[in-house]
Amino acid sequence: MSPATKSKIPSTIEKTPTGISGLDNITNGGLPRGRTTLVAGGAGSGKTLLGMEFLVQGAMQYGEPGVAMTFEETPEEITSNMASLGHDLNALIRRKKIAIDYVHVERRQIEETGEYDLEGLFIRLDHAIKSINAKRVLLDTIEVLFAGLRNEAIVRSELRRLFRWLKDRGVTSIITAEAGDGSTLTRHGLEEYVADCVIFLDHRVNEQISTRRIRVVKYRGSTHGTNEYPFLLDHNGLAVLPITALGLNYKASSERVFTGVPGLDDMMGGLGFFRGSSVLVTGTAGTGKSSIASSFVDAACARGERALYFAFEESPDQILRNMRSLGIRLDKWIKQGLLKIIAVRPTTRGLENHLASICKDLDEFRPKVAAVDPITNLISIGTPTSVKAMLTRLVDILKGRQITALFTNLMVGDRAETNTEISSLMDTWIMVRDFEIEGSRRRLIYVLKSRGMEHSADVREFTISSRGVRVTPVDTRTVESNRKG
Amino acid sequence: MPAKKSAKKTARKTPRLSSSRSAKWLLRLYVAGNTPNSIAAFANLKEICEVHLGGQYQIEVVDLLENPTLAKGDQIVAIPTLVRRLPFPVKKIIGDLSNRDRVLVGLDLKPAGSAR
Repeated sequence: MSPATKSKIPSTIEKTPTGISGLDNITNGGLPRGRTTLVAGGAGSGKTLLGMEFLVQGAMQYGEPGVAMTFEETPEEITSNMASLGHDLNALIRRKKIAIDYVHVERRQIEETGEYDLEGLFIRLDHAIKSINAKRVLLDTIEVLFAGLRNEAIVRSELRRLFRWLKDRGVTSIITAEAGDGSTLTRHGLEEYVADCVIFLDHRVNEQISTRRIRVVKYRGSTHGTNEYPFLLDHNGLAVLPITALGLNYKASSERVFTGVPGLDDMMGGLGFFRGSSVLVTGTAGTGKSSIASSFVDAACARGERALYFAFEESPDQILRNMRSLGIRLDKWIKQGLLKIIAVRPTTRGLENHLASICKDLDEFRPKVAAVDPITNLISIGTPTSVKAMLTRLVDILKGRQITALFTNLMVGDRAETNTEISSLMDTWIMVRDFEIEGSRRRLIYVLKSRGMEHSADVREFTISSRGVRVTPVDTRTVESNRKG
Repeated sequence: MPAKKSAKKTARKTPRLSSSRSAKWLLRLYVAGNTPNSIAAFANLKEICEVHLGGQYQIEVVDLLENPTLAKGDQIVAIPTLVRRLPFPVKKIIGDLSNRDRVLVGLDLKPAGSAR
């Protein structure tokens, strides 16, 4: 490096925020400004969408227009792909915020005779940059040139020149490349030319469930998260979840929130749960776990707090109907915008993606309380270790945001193996079981643990009727008569 | 036959060099300023045309430094690029056109394979 350029480099690297939620966290602020970042990954790993999202966010959020030079997809294809992420690319193109130049190189149509360079590419890129005063550039996927042109030596030296040229322009660029076979990061070793920042995308399918991951392989002059992070692509756009970046440094509130179940608060010193704590409600089938969860969100909404209900078993309509029969009117909270029920079948995506989408929902809705009903269904789609890892991160996320969360969990028979694993993450663990007493089913409830507060050791009765749910002291006469008999 | 000097001048001013009003061959040479490759390409092209196309050709030189927007239409990446616009189909030949056999193959004046 010459002294002249060295003196221009500030002590801390300047960064350009991508505007992609999460990616800016794991890169501590974004991509190196005025430099080129290599995004490598296999086919279908989301390289193009990541690059395009970088341009779109730049144009919409940061006033930085962007040029996409695409070698594989036509502007029409890109526009329709971006529409699936909720972006109107045509509008941005009309407003001169985005320009797309599709470069088509077909080896069969080209005869090579003698010396040449790729100045045509430079002129096109230069023209596109100037036409909209672009600050961001995406080259996707420039290594197509290796297939289109026979003279690899010329392609290599011209790519080297191009990356230097981009740097001289001061535009912040993303270059995408196909993943290599293991010996090199990318198929054509482009990482040799782009030394500042390298990001790797991965798309795995395990048992028909796909999971996308992102990793910052290298970031010169900057610290960055080195883990693999889940990476989500859906109709709401694109998000990276810096979940493992969280830790045990959330604050513990001493504020209390009522459980919403009359009588249950009494078992917890009359005050209910701690704000921001995590509560597990375990029970056998039909013991009323969902009604406890519903009462909990109902009480929150009645206090004027926003509540998010993740339903993994029933549709929102079914929940509303069932709760109506208990006198719990959740529909009014939905109308008032205080409650949102998100129903998803667990098997539709992998654990990481569930976590990712839950995080997105939390970010968008910003609830004070959340219910996850039930986590049992998540357990069916992952190994115990991966489920625990996912729930650990979910609990960390919720606590980090001071969201009081209630999880329900189905217990089959007397065995609750998964519970011991998961219960260690929870602050409060409530058990509901049913017994047959005098020819009728009775539900009994008790608090197995509740960290940091005095709680009742009693076993009490839990009743569900058209007037709602309630916890009452067990009617000892009936139990005793049962014993005698 | 003016060689280098006139080629240089032509490349800069992007005129049409026509040997016939109703040319059977319509060729467009894309250059970017007066680089040695472009000058060589024009000279080589001129010579090949004289020898092989008789009076049936028209050469148009496009300098992309002056008309950058024209690069998109013919999908120009490499410089110099010769585009055979007529007769159909459109053909592309890149490079300084120094390998005459290859140029003839590219222009369909010689069967493919004979240059290799």
